[in-house]
Amino acid sequence: MTRAIAQPITPELVAEHGLTADEYQRILEALGREPNITELGIYSVMWSEHCSYKSSKVHLKKLPTAAPWVIQGPGENAGVIDIGDGKAAIFKMESHNHPSFIEPYQGAATGVGGILRDVFTMGARPVANMNALRFGSPDHPKTRHLVAGVVAGIGGYGNCVGVPTVGGETDFDESYNGNILVNAMTVGVADTDRIFYSAAAGIGNPVVYVGSKTGRDGIHGATMASAEFTEDSEEKRPTVQVGDPFTEKLLIEACLELMASDAIIAIQDMGAAGLTSSSVEMASKGGVGFELDLDKVPQREENMTPYEMCLSESQERMLMVLKPGREDFARAIFEKWDLDFAVIGRITDTGNLTLTFKGEVAGDMPISSLVDDAPSYKRPYQIPAARPYLDPHDVPATNDPAEALLKLIGGPNLSSRRWIWEQYDHMVMADTVQRPGGDAAVVRVHGTNKGLAISTDCTPRYCYADPVEGGRQAVAETWRNITAVGAKPLAITDCMNFGNPERPDIMGQFAGCIEGMAEACAILDYPVVSGNVSLYNETNGKGILPTPAIGGVGLLDDINRMATISFKREGDVIFLIGESNGHLGASLYLKEVIGGNEGAPPPVDLEAERRNGDFVRSLIAEGIVDTCHDLSGGGLAVALAEMCMAGKMGAKIELKDSPLPLHALLFGEDQARYLIAAPESRSHQITATGIPATKIGRVGGERLMIGGALDITLSDLQSAHQSWLPAYMA
Amino acid sequence: MRSAVIVFPGSNCDRDIAVALQQITGGPVHMVWHKETHLPDVDFIALPGGFSYGDYLRSGAMAARSPIMREVVSRASDGGPTLGVCNGFQVLTETGLLPGALMRNADLHFVCRDVGLRVENADSIFTNAYKAGQEITIPVAHHDGNYFADSETLDRLEGEGRVAFRYLDNPNGSARDIAGILNTKGNVLGMMPHPERLIEPAQSGFGGGTDGRRLFESLLNALVTA
Repeated sequence: MTRAIAQPITPELVAEHGLTADEYQRILEALGREPNITELGIYSVMWSEHCSYKSSKVHLKKLPTAAPWVIQGPGENAGVIDIGDGKAAIFKMESHNHPSFIEPYQGAATGVGGILRDVFTMGARPVANMNALRFGSPDHPKTRHLVAGVVAGIGGYGNCVGVPTVGGETDFDESYNGNILVNAMTVGVADTDRIFYSAAAGIGNPVVYVGSKTGRDGIHGATMASAEFTEDSEEKRPTVQVGDPFTEKLLIEACLELMASDAIIAIQDMGAAGLTSSSVEMASKGGVGFELDLDKVPQREENMTPYEMCLSESQERMLMVLKPGREDFARAIFEKWDLDFAVIGRITDTGNLTLTFKGEVAGDMPISSLVDDAPSYKRPYQIPAARPYLDPHDVPATNDPAEALLKLIGGPNLSSRRWIWEQYDHMVMADTVQRPGGDAAVVRVHGTNKGLAISTDCTPRYCYADPVEGGRQAVAETWRNITAVGAKPLAITDCMNFGNPERPDIMGQFAGCIEGMAEACAILDYPVVSGNVSLYNETNGKGILPTPAIGGVGLLDDINRMATISFKREGDVIFLIGESNGHLGASLYLKEVIGGNEGAPPPVDLEAERRNGDFVRSLIAEGIVDTCHDLSGGGLAVALAEMCMAGKMGAKIELKDSPLPLHALLFGEDQARYLIAAPESRSHQITATGIPATKIGRVGGERLMIGGALDITLSDLQSAHQSWLPAYMA
Repeated sequence: MRSAVIVFPGSNCDRDIAVALQQITGGPVHMVWHKETHLPDVDFIALPGGFSYGDYLRSGAMAARSPIMREVVSRASDGGPTLGVCNGFQVLTETGLLPGALMRNADLHFVCRDVGLRVENADSIFTNAYKAGQEITIPVAHHDGNYFADSETLDRLEGEGRVAFRYLDNPNGSARDIAGILNTKGNVLGMMPHPERLIEPAQSGFGGGTDGRRLFESLLNALVTA
């Protein structure tokens, strides 16, 4: 035994590994002996919150995961849906919150790298990246540095790999001051008959390591992601990995080249917990054992211990099980791409993960104990009571609606994100047919007229005010955004970002959001096919707003029948679809203009969502409507302003008599609503249907005029909307 | 018209330009791996955008020394029509086929957006389908597009009509708003904007032009009738 292996296991060491005394007792029982340090490290990462979902899995089971078009739901590297003509869309969203706070450039960059690997490991060529970012208050001294680093990191990685970053969302709120959220999503396309899974099979078959060499970076990243932050978290910078997008590009091409053959039995990327979790997951899914010779692992540094090799989170690495005899064929492909290729072990029938190092056994653990014996907690939870309804008459009116609108579209949360997305190559691959800035991004399925529509959404202030309603709304908003471009929403991935699950109120936020999401997914036929949970998003005991970020994917049958938000023709008639009740509880008007934050979020009527959305989608598909925008934060006035700015055309809106106060009509955030515009000659096709459709005005001129309430020139709208972020980042 | 697209390990616009060439010229497009030492018999060579060898040091510097580039330099020096887009432009300056260098953008940020260009020379094999002085829109996407050369070189480029495209609203700090330049013989063009990204209406979301298309049509005019 080497000295490292002989290190005594003390209670302090157990605690340092994030394991409780009870959990350590489970390890002793599973092994029937004391673990060595390498084994302790492996149990620690496999049983971490990040890898085991020990606090969340009892709730995650409530989410709908099936539909006729779902090929693979949660449990694999990414979810897979059928998009017709023998093609599948493969996608997932994942968090990289803690590393991005500590080291924003590399944290965000490796977040992109990790999610790309999750997708191409299943045989898909990545075709689009998205992200959902939450930063602290703009006034916080760290925020600007974090925005600059995260944006540069996402761009630096995605641009080099050559996958377009086509959209996302960015919000600012003080609850993220000490714990930003960086959620990255990748969508890929594969042939339905060439999808690769991670279940290892075939006793004696070779286990092959490809990609970058293993170094000492990122050791215990998964454990870090499973603990709260404190002031000294910055000292954890060495646990953040360093990304190499060039190697990732080589790895994508080499893997896809090998995947065109029949040499691969199973493949899995090395993500959190690196070599350990990839081999354990592959063996577990296949019901087999793995024997790995750690001396064969390509190493970047000298004298690495088994502990370090097993827990390293060095990037750009993959593990594969090959058909016997195909090693040389595969090796030639990886050598062509100048990547390491090493047979490091074989499949056994022992059911154990057996590690050898310098001729001795460095670890020997039952795979089932690492996976199936992982603790599962039914943590106590209390879903916070929904806040009471706030009557719009009780919300102070603004005496200058124009100024209120300019403040909203020129403020931190609704101003243009151009400064961000111009740093992302959003056009590489030459199939981006709807660029950032609209309701959903659309990428063409290469060589066809079909498009994939993608949107990431969440309204954390709603989730905080009422977790169940907020969960419903997050799902519904992606569904609506995808609908607004004319696509049929098919499935979602989720990235559940919450605080400390050991606190019943936080666990209640989690359970509540899941409940709302489950209901929305069921009614909208919009299942969850992949996802990720990020808990302990707290610093010094202060939790973030509950943030279940949703990434939705939909299918556009014909990109020639696609809607965008821009007004296109003078004289087009503008219709508001859906019902307006002037809901101002938990609204942006309340937060940004009045400086309040009370009331219930807007109720989500899922049947109305479905009815109104199906109607709007049919209008787009039939070519009746090519201009459409969903209404969300900031309500009608903000949506109109965005449509004017995108089309560089004004609009004149008539306000009919209403029992609602003016500020509620303008800024209310009622759900299930869209604005559409079409030539007069098609008006009857919009109104004669029984769906609430109100003609509210016409496109034209160079001003946005809303009744007698508001009159703003396009250039004033633009300068307010475009200037905030560049000025803030300057 | 037969084309070759050089594929470096980190090229990522190789497929895009191959699609444009196939669609517009109709001719065969050979993808040529950087480790090759011979080029097929072609009428035209394209060096695509991307991050050839990761470009962690100086963009295009390593690519300029890869095995296939000896052959590319030799063909281009003999008058073989050669286009470098974005990273391809960087590679061309690194080989010395074109003068000057592409430095980091003046504001230090990567920039991806449609930019307005003025066609300064509409007589070349790459630009004959445009009109001289025509204003067109083509996207850029780069971190190192800030064209630099000494003033003597810049004067010579301008005096000899070798500035092919100029930015209307300079996105990267390039000297004299230069977006693309020709070599002395006019058979080599390097440009930062990506014409292959705007060759059909879908690529602008059906709301913009297809101004990149003319560049490939120019080649077809020049090389097929020649």
